[in-house]
Amino acid sequence: MTDLLCKNLSMTFTNPANGAMVEALKDINFTLKKGELLSVLGPSGCGKTTLLNMIAGFLNPTSGQLSLGDKQIEGPGVERGMVFQQGALFEWLPVSKNVDFGLRMKNLTPADSEKLVEKWLDIVGLTGFGDTPTYQLSGGMQQRVALARCLVNDPELILMDEPLGALDALTREKMQSLILELWKETGKTIIIITHSVEEALLLGERLFVMAPRPGRIHKEYNLPFAERGLKESLRDIKQQSDFGSVREEILTMIWDMEEEIMGNV
Amino acid sequence: MSEFLSTHRADVAALLIIILTGLFVWSIYYGLRRTRKLDSEQVFGDPERTLGGWFWAVCGVSSLLLVWFYFSWGTARAFFPSAANEMCQVAKIDEALSPITAKLPYGDRYYKSTELLVRNGQQLAALEAQMPAGVYSSAEQKKLFSILDRNQQLLTIYSDSAQQSPSTGADLDAIHLRLQGLSEAIDAGYAGLMPTAEALAQPRWGVTDSEIPMLPLTPRGVLFDNVAEQSKEIAKDFVKVRNLPEAAKIIISGVKSDITSLKEADKNYSGSEADLASRKAYLKAVERIFKRLDDGAIFPAAAMMQINLDILQIQDSVKSQTKGLRLVDALFLPGEGVVKSRTLCVEQGSSRWLPKPTDVVAKFARLANPNLEDGGGYKGTVLFWWKWLEIADVIAFLIPDGVVDMLPGDYGIHNDNGEFVKTYKDHLLAVAQGDVYLGVVPMLDGHIWDSVFRVIVAMGFGIALGVPLGIYMGVSRFFKSFFDPLIELYRPVPPLAWAPLILTIFGIQDDGKIFLLFMVAFAIMVISARTGASGTQLSKIRASHSLGATNKQIIRYVILPNALPEILTGIRISIGVCWGTLVAAEMLAGTTGIGFIENVARTVSDYELIWVTILIMGLLGLLFDIAMRFTISVLIPWRGKG
Repeated sequence: MTDLLCKNLSMTFTNPANGAMVEALKDINFTLKKGELLSVLGPSGCGKTTLLNMIAGFLNPTSGQLSLGDKQIEGPGVERGMVFQQGALFEWLPVSKNVDFGLRMKNLTPADSEKLVEKWLDIVGLTGFGDTPTYQLSGGMQQRVALARCLVNDPELILMDEPLGALDALTREKMQSLILELWKETGKTIIIITHSVEEALLLGERLFVMAPRPGRIHKEYNLPFAERGLKESLRDIKQQSDFGSVREEILTMIWDMEEEIMGNV
Repeated sequence: MSEFLSTHRADVAALLIIILTGLFVWSIYYGLRRTRKLDSEQVFGDPERTLGGWFWAVCGVSSLLLVWFYFSWGTARAFFPSAANEMCQVAKIDEALSPITAKLPYGDRYYKSTELLVRNGQQLAALEAQMPAGVYSSAEQKKLFSILDRNQQLLTIYSDSAQQSPSTGADLDAIHLRLQGLSEAIDAGYAGLMPTAEALAQPRWGVTDSEIPMLPLTPRGVLFDNVAEQSKEIAKDFVKVRNLPEAAKIIISGVKSDITSLKEADKNYSGSEADLASRKAYLKAVERIFKRLDDGAIFPAAAMMQINLDILQIQDSVKSQTKGLRLVDALFLPGEGVVKSRTLCVEQGSSRWLPKPTDVVAKFARLANPNLEDGGGYKGTVLFWWKWLEIADVIAFLIPDGVVDMLPGDYGIHNDNGEFVKTYKDHLLAVAQGDVYLGVVPMLDGHIWDSVFRVIVAMGFGIALGVPLGIYMGVSRFFKSFFDPLIELYRPVPPLAWAPLILTIFGIQDDGKIFLLFMVAFAIMVISARTGASGTQLSKIRASHSLGATNKQIIRYVILPNALPEILTGIRISIGVCWGTLVAAEMLAGTTGIGFIENVARTVSDYELIWVTILIMGLLGLLFDIAMRFTISVLIPWRGKG
């Protein structure tokens, strides 16, 4: 069992200039079972990215417990792969060298890693692009490379920080399907952070709506749309009435929070 | 072939100038036509408007070369090869007549006599007012006033035409007739005159260092040369003419005896030391003025007037005989034209410091000749060639002798039989000092290579030490805070400010200059590598952490390649700065290198050589930069696209 366990997690930032304390996250509690797909939604400043960075091990929580399986999270690790908004590809390397970066760091033999790279490029739909420089790729293709680079390492948990935020609508939809396919085929646990309510509904088997000041989980949903998305087209799902009503409910919720923030300021 | 080109450089230049003029005119015509078409396709301000103007580059380069040809008198030499030689003959006349003209308004605004009269008259008046009181008896005072008065009388006598001695008049008349003869000779023209065989055998204009051929090459030149010879004789006689009328002679002998008697009185003077000193000083001043008046160098103005007219007449004759030549002088020999010094005719004007393009090329060809016995190279070193390098010398350069000293054991000593018993340390010392033969390798050689080598070695050390330090300063708090103050303290000092100190410590050989350049390169490399390293996107660092890279791997595979654009830009900048510093350092000290050549050329005023070195340095700097730009585009094609 490699569940992600999050217990009484809090994070407080101190402004070095005036010593003011900001509670980015307060008392976050949840358990994510292996193979679950979680999307996290919330207005800006609610601590989504902070939560993700803590799970990835880039930040240490002020208090609370964070563990994957029976291992405490104390720093970055291969078992938790990360996909960034802009891909964060190494532009000096061609596609295949980007993908096998993690394998090279583990000193895998070139023959083995070549096979793995080909397999994953095939899965994300980039067959034959192995020698292309990454700066010649479109935004969507770059995100595919980032996905492959993450998956080739076979992580137990995949963290995605607004992975499709910078893409155009059409590419975005294709990538959403790709993520769902990957989720089904690999059975990995995935956490996606997003700004888009639709995306959160489509890609979230579970959905956390977070609220700011202090950052906390405001409401949790269990949604059927991700399962459905494996069989039906995403565009059809968006037309369905239950999708629409949840979307309106969450939109109102986030709208109210934004209002509140504006009022406080 | 090269010998032929060198002798006929004027003809080569003529051909080049015609081609360049053609290119210049054509490029303007073509450029204007193209511009009309292209400008209609783009609005003003569109950056595209700056592209595709190669014809203006042709126009710019050809006009630059034409200007160079013009101001270096290259055009004049190409199309009027005998002009400078004829100007030289005219200059000879001027020089030959200069002893006469210096005494006339023609050469000096006032008659020399007028100037002498005015100056001495003023000084006599001043002396009269300055006579010291109380040191002379009244009789002596009277005598002194009389001396001054008689001096004043002398000036009057000299100026009076009526009192002028008959012999002076006869002498001046003779000079007048001879000068008139000169004008007539010039007016008579140069039909039938021929240059001598010796003159025709002279090297052409500018082919040797003596610049303009001295002996006349044209019939007209022969005429002027002859006139100059005669002028010299006339001038010699003119300066001997004196104006000493009888009345003046009487006054002179009278004043002389009065001054002698006053000197006698000083010898027996019984007053104080101070009074005696002031008496002596005053008498000396009086005698000094008298000495200037007793040689008959002042003439009545009327006597000189005729000579002045004669000189003007000669100049008119020369002018009417040199009409075309003077036009060439005005149009094509910018500056003061050809001036005759004591032994040679020299170019005075822009061409004095701006050598002709063809001469620069010829000079370069001579320097580039790798055969030292054949006059190639400079100061015993070739410009750019190759040689056999002893491997032992390289090893000796790399291993300091002190390393051997630090090894355990002793050096050899001599035994009782008077033999030197070597130990292993003696053998190692031989290696460290290069006293062994380990074979040879081919190696580049010459002034240019020496300069380039210094830059390359210094850059090598600068990169090897600066980049790692810079990278660590970009990632480590300790490295950044510890080294930042040190580097920021020495970096702003201009490299040349270090030069005197470092050259004193390391000596004038390569090590001093290399160390100086290393300091320059090191600081730039540290700063650029640090900028590159600290500019790595956090998401890339985090991504590589998540992909399981260790800290070392992140530095090697993420931070270093990410900093590569900055590092290469740093290399490009530091090569440029090193190059500039090196040339200056070589000027301060050293025996080889481009800067060394220029410094020696400066001390001997060899302008051609100075320009050759300037051009070589410019071209090499450009070459370095182009090479670096090419390297950058090949090594980091992702630059600006990340």
